[in-house]
Amino acid sequence: MTKKEEFEIEISSDSKAAIQRLAIVPKKTPVKYEQEKPEENLVMTFPNLIIREIICFQIVVIVLSIISLFFNAPLEELANPQNTPNPAKAPWYFLGLQELLHTFPPVVAGVLMPLLVVIALIIIPYFDINIKRAGLWNKNPEKTLLVFSSVVFVFLIIMFLFDAFSILVPTLLIYILAVSPYLIKKRNAFINNIASLSLAGWIMTWFVSVTVILIIIGTYFRGPGWSWVWPW
Amino acid sequence: MKILNWLAQTKIWQSIFRTKLPISTNLDKSLVIFNSLTLHIHPVKVRLRAIKFSYTFYLGMISFFLFVLLIVTGILLMLYYQPAIPHAYNNMKDLEFVVSNGSYLRNMHRWSAHLMVITVFLHMLRVFYKGAYKPPREFNWIIGIVLLIITLLLSYTGYLLPYDQLSYWAVTVGTNIVQYIPIAGEKIRFLLLGGNEIGEYTLVRFYVLHCVILPLFMVLLIALHFWRIRKDGGLS
Repeated sequence: MTKKEEFEIEISSDSKAAIQRLAIVPKKTPVKYEQEKPEENLVMTFPNLIIREIICFQIVVIVLSIISLFFNAPLEELANPQNTPNPAKAPWYFLGLQELLHTFPPVVAGVLMPLLVVIALIIIPYFDINIKRAGLWNKNPEKTLLVFSSVVFVFLIIMFLFDAFSILVPTLLIYILAVSPYLIKKRNAFINNIASLSLAGWIMTWFVSVTVILIIIGTYFRGPGWSWVWPW
Repeated sequence: MKILNWLAQTKIWQSIFRTKLPISTNLDKSLVIFNSLTLHIHPVKVRLRAIKFSYTFYLGMISFFLFVLLIVTGILLMLYYQPAIPHAYNNMKDLEFVVSNGSYLRNMHRWSAHLMVITVFLHMLRVFYKGAYKPPREFNWIIGIVLLIITLLLSYTGYLLPYDQLSYWAVTVGTNIVQYIPIAGEKIRFLLLGGNEIGEYTLVRFYVLHCVILPLFMVLLIALHFWRIRKDGGLS
């Protein structure tokens, strides 16, 4: 007859003294879950996808034809290097960049910032260790609040020193939005929605908001000498 | 219909199109994809969920179709364009007043380009918020970022070509940013402009970039982008 100890699982924190033997016994998958597991619903590419592509292409052509029939592409007089328009504006998608150029030193706004944005975008999939993308406040909310707030605070101070209010205000709004799930305990659909956004999600939301707002300001709110004008 | 049926039975038709008509069984349907050069970038079957409009908003598809439209209208516009001063500007006037449907052609090219910048950006946002960049798709995300940058550069180089006040000063503003690049900035600007300020050679350089070099990279990277979608496990 063997000794009783031989059947006991040794447990020790020192892995050299006792190699831990772990057996993970999963709970039996409930039958209901098995049934509800989404079936990979496959359909034939032809005609299901092909017809959608054809219709999509036709809609694109039709919509653009209609736009082209009613709106003419802008054409001003022949380029004249002696006659500088005031203000000279870049194409709209670069107006955010031009807006930055008027707030920060050119090396920072024209070279460093676009470079950082491109690098940040490229490393997203390699840096996003939070694979499940848990909401910002899911784990350790007090510590998160402290770190998050201090980073945003330092950023806001820097923006304030450069008089970059066009960045400061949207950043502040996004910050308030991001912190609201922590402060407001009462839950509704909207709060739940923004509470589920991860840190990466918040950074992207912030980046897009600032970009869009800078482009709108550059397009509609900047007049002679890049001064603030109202579009109406 | 009878003529079409007869046509489909002829030797000539059957030598061009391998798929036998009528297409009824699932085998026939998969052969349509298999036997086609252009369609076989698709798998034979797709997930129903992935092809719903609400899932992707078809933003990638729309961007690609806009690019096709831009190539077609762009090639037609090349027939009427001389990259020289002041011919370039006069050609714009010719498009407006002399060439049949010239305005339509130029408007189409212009608005497609602007729309493409928007749809490519929205496509990036959709992929981000759906988490579709995650492994194994991380490299395809990078290709996408490069495609976004090329889209911006294509739009930007095209901006100079009409050579009116708008394009001249927009490009002046843009190329002034380039000179702030440390060390090599002035040299890069000189290389881009073919001189110290915008002139004849700038127009030629931007024309070549816009019509040859950048579209070439774009086409190659789009091909790689699509191929990677298949290899990384389909739409997500």
